[in-house]
Amino acid sequence: MKAERETAAFGNAQNVETTVLGADEIILNMGPQHPSTHGVLRVKLRLDGERVVDSECIIGYLHRGVEKIAEHRSYQQFAPYVDRMDYVAAVSNGLGYCEAVEKLLGAEAPLRARVVRTILTELQRIASHLLWLGTHALDIGALTPIFYAFREREEILKIFEKYCGARLTTHAFRIGGLQYETYDTFERDVKRFCDDLGRKIDEYETLLTANRIWLGRTRGVGVLSAADAIALGVTGPALRASGVKWDVRKAMPYAAYDRYEFDIPTRDSGDTYDRYSVRIEEMRQSRRICLQAVEDIPGGPIMARIGKVLKPPPGEVYHSVEGPKGELGYYIVSDGTIQPYRVRVRPPSFLNLQAFQRMAKGAMIADVVAIIGSIDIVLGEVDR
Amino acid sequence: MVDDPTTKEPPSTPPVTRRVPGSAPPREVPPAPIPLENELTRRLNERFGRAVLGATLDRKQAIVSVEAGQLREISKYCREEESFEMLVDLTAVDWPKREKRFDVVLNLYSFTKNERLRLKAHAAQNESLPSVSSVWEAANWLERECFDLFGIVFEGHPDLRRILLPDEWKGHPLRKDYDILQQDTEWVRENLGIESGQ
Repeated sequence: MKAERETAAFGNAQNVETTVLGADEIILNMGPQHPSTHGVLRVKLRLDGERVVDSECIIGYLHRGVEKIAEHRSYQQFAPYVDRMDYVAAVSNGLGYCEAVEKLLGAEAPLRARVVRTILTELQRIASHLLWLGTHALDIGALTPIFYAFREREEILKIFEKYCGARLTTHAFRIGGLQYETYDTFERDVKRFCDDLGRKIDEYETLLTANRIWLGRTRGVGVLSAADAIALGVTGPALRASGVKWDVRKAMPYAAYDRYEFDIPTRDSGDTYDRYSVRIEEMRQSRRICLQAVEDIPGGPIMARIGKVLKPPPGEVYHSVEGPKGELGYYIVSDGTIQPYRVRVRPPSFLNLQAFQRMAKGAMIADVVAIIGSIDIVLGEVDR
Repeated sequence: MVDDPTTKEPPSTPPVTRRVPGSAPPREVPPAPIPLENELTRRLNERFGRAVLGATLDRKQAIVSVEAGQLREISKYCREEESFEMLVDLTAVDWPKREKRFDVVLNLYSFTKNERLRLKAHAAQNESLPSVSSVWEAANWLERECFDLFGIVFEGHPDLRRILLPDEWKGHPLRKDYDILQQDTEWVRENLGIESGQ
């Protein structure tokens, strides 16, 4: 028997009961309480045996109305909220927001602040990728990497803790620069961590890169072509794994990225393995940026003189940074008061997750877990 | 973030902030939106005439306002002939006092030119806009979100329904007349068994 309803009808919640399935087909719900959906993601799978015919992501379980809250807070008051979106990469969120408001004000953070921001953001990228590496490998069945990954991530969180007192939702930056000077052994800590990290990444690679089971589970799984990736607005490592050499840090440099040398790793086939290998290489590049930056942190003030009450002139601005997941953008409209008129967050995970349906088509049910892991989503950011 | 060399910066008045030695330079007040005229706007004007309502430059970023009815055609042109391959973001801003209360904002990016462009279309409360999901697939979820939170209907969208809120929810939270403490108490009571939300 042939399935009579096409994709669109399958997606319509009211029509699920009336969806006509093929004789061999079943609908399977995965999540929202599922350990490998990395939060509260619900995926509705239409299966033919073990093969995924179609799928639909149902999101919104973590919707907290962040954009609405922003309209009722002053510019400074809203800054801690952005940390709660991509909660495993709070520093990157904060950087995007602070720079967007600075742009709206026409101010710029002093060079010293920008360099420290760059170091902390790159450390955050490494931490986020380590968390991804550990959990992604765990999802697929490799139990060891998570212990190693969390061991190194702990070192980064310790640096954050020493710097600003918080480990996860750090609120490390302020609009106009930094709240705190770096602590005495900051440079030494970062340098020691980065010196070790190169060897540690080699260690992860010995566990996975040439591992036959790993290759079997990831090669050719969840392929996304470059054309599809661009059409679907996919950014970040997922886009680069499909062969598009694009990174906001290079295309439109912000913070102090134009001062440092680094490469943008790309791969060609756009499968789960390539997304893995791009992120591994990105950690090495982030390490490279950190090592260059701590060598020479310029002196000077850490805060621009912007005043205590921020009233940006009416108008609007879009500013984006390269978050660990992809392009993280803020579109802020000001009406000249102390509260933003509208804050729109362009979440990379939201658009990357949209590509899941394309990647999962025709995959085996066990691969769904591998594909979700390889997109590296954080539901706090998808739902906001 | 289009830096357009052909546009002149408006004459800036000298900053009046007191300089403290060793401090960051006093900030310049960003220029108010100024009319934008470059090759791109000229081509758009030529091709679409009165459907292009105006072009401005705000904080060095290009914004082009277009007629809502022509949005899909202009989008298609931008993607195919001006190489804005990626729809980075699609969102809306609510101005309840205006005759056409919604600004629908499309944020485009061109890999070829490394340029951004913002398209803006205006819609009244019960007016629908043409969907651009046939131009960029990314618009699918973005338009659903816009519909969910603002109640803007996109004509020709393949599957327009709520995405973040439950399907039966009443109201559109990002509208300015939806209070921050407001919620669909009936839905909350029926589905979550909570008497009063706040």
